[in-house]
Amino acid sequence: MSLRIVVTVKYVPDATGDRHFADDLTVDRDDVDGLLSELDEYAVEQALQISENADDAEVTVLTIGPEDAKDALRKALSMGADKAIHVEDDDLHGTDAIGTSLVLAKAIEKAGYDLVISGMASTDGTMGVVPALVAERLGVPQVTLLSEVSVEDGTVTGRRDGDTASEQLQAQLPAVVSVTDQSGEARYPSFKGIMAAKKKPVESWDLSDLDIEAEEVGLDGAWTKVEDATQRPARTAGTIVKDEGEGGKQLAEFLAGQKFI
Amino acid sequence: MAEVLVYVDHLDGAVRKPTLELLTLARRIGEPVAVALGNGAADTAATLAEHGAVKVLTHDAAEYADYLVVPKVDALQAAHEAVSPAAVLVPSSAEGKEIAARLALRIGSGIITDAVDLEAGAEGPVATQSVFAASFTTKSRVAKGTPVITVKPNSAAVEAAPAAGAVEALSVTFSAQATGTKVTSRTPRESTGRPELTEAAIVVSGGRGVNGSENFSVIEALADQLGAAVGASRAAVDAGWYPHTNQVGQTGKSVSPQLYIANGISGAIQHRAGMQTSKTIVAVNKDAEAPIFDLVDYGVVGDLFEVVPQLTEEIKTRKG
Repeated sequence: MSLRIVVTVKYVPDATGDRHFADDLTVDRDDVDGLLSELDEYAVEQALQISENADDAEVTVLTIGPEDAKDALRKALSMGADKAIHVEDDDLHGTDAIGTSLVLAKAIEKAGYDLVISGMASTDGTMGVVPALVAERLGVPQVTLLSEVSVEDGTVTGRRDGDTASEQLQAQLPAVVSVTDQSGEARYPSFKGIMAAKKKPVESWDLSDLDIEAEEVGLDGAWTKVEDATQRPARTAGTIVKDEGEGGKQLAEFLAGQKFI
Repeated sequence: MAEVLVYVDHLDGAVRKPTLELLTLARRIGEPVAVALGNGAADTAATLAEHGAVKVLTHDAAEYADYLVVPKVDALQAAHEAVSPAAVLVPSSAEGKEIAARLALRIGSGIITDAVDLEAGAEGPVATQSVFAASFTTKSRVAKGTPVITVKPNSAAVEAAPAAGAVEALSVTFSAQATGTKVTSRTPRESTGRPELTEAAIVVSGGRGVNGSENFSVIEALADQLGAAVGASRAAVDAGWYPHTNQVGQTGKSVSPQLYIANGISGAIQHRAGMQTSKTIVAVNKDAEAPIFDLVDYGVVGDLFEVVPQLTEEIKTRKG
């Protein structure tokens, strides 16, 4: 039987751009170029590796987002994913993590899955909780923050490097996995991959396809409310000295003045 | 006064510092009720009482160590039902965030992660967060249910505030999901004897300019003179010079110490995201154009292999 892998990916504003908030205090997505979240590339890579090691597997990439989010799907398809699902609906604007997990879980169930793979966090929201939330909603094991992952005979195993210990984890499929940036460098799309991606199917679903009411998601339905966003004032210019043999001593003097030594 | 649940991060009964900081913040909102789980749970009570816990709910079972995350969610949910708190506070570790998120979903609440400050508000606690690589500060609150908020280390001072700290056994029934993900083995991280990176008052970091794992001894020597934790940039970690657990930045740890010393680190956005909120920033880099110098209170343009050992020596001399 075919191993059905669903990779959740996010289209995010480029972290090297000048990211800011829109008037409604959601992330402004118009003024900064968007792209597939770098941390999701690791999820796509692990999905492809697991798929390549399986007798028969299919990798579906899933995203929620505006029209432009198709770029993220296209990138994953050109890396080698088989097909894509784009959940797009105007009512989704401003959806928070809890709402996002609802939409993802419904879409994953509709798509059919044995294994869900996500990145460790998005590079814009950076919460890192969506994989755990999706596992909770689907009622399947959460095998998250893995720096190594493998799937064999319906069992997923992996290594989770925590603050105090490194743990080996094991769970039966179906399961939700997330992988870190230590899981292995993501491949670059080949020219052939880019050409092939143009012909791969991208399905579009809206909220009604997923039996989700507009009130359950979006900015008004959000479980959290951002009340204020202020740009951090630029740090006041510090003292910069050129080392002419006494740089270390000068630095010590500064640190002593600040009572650090 | 309303009660506030505080999830206790501890290692065999030794309470970790971020939990004590949570007690300080919890006291701004109500009376802290601590929840301590697993091996040594009851041993946490004295320390927690000293820092303001009016009650300590404890439960020990093999499941907490043998299975990932979910048993702890089950327990916290039981505590939520027993106490009906005004808020639930959890340390912002990777595991803490996952526990908090699943709890929030179960109790129909919103979740805020990585708060750096917390204050009481008319419509519930208001959390301050630092976002977009710390270029913005936001204030948010949970709009539905009992606020579940995770708080980053170094967000508040640890304060003595003696309270009763009465130990009560928490009754927990594990869910069907509790045993879903088995921890088949655990290798404790070897202690370096240095402070925990996210909790340290001073962090000394090395980057590409350190140019080799053997050269990190220069960084470590300075850190040890200052009683500091050692950090590394992604470039240094990716090159295999220093362990990933020490990585500071977007995909590593986010630190906010009193003093951050960046050595041979250019200051790319990926790194800035993890250290920009440090109180005082110092950099040593031979490239005067490095973006790290835009952030510093004091910078030295020079060879770190000249400047850093001289600094280390000078500190040693001054300490006598």
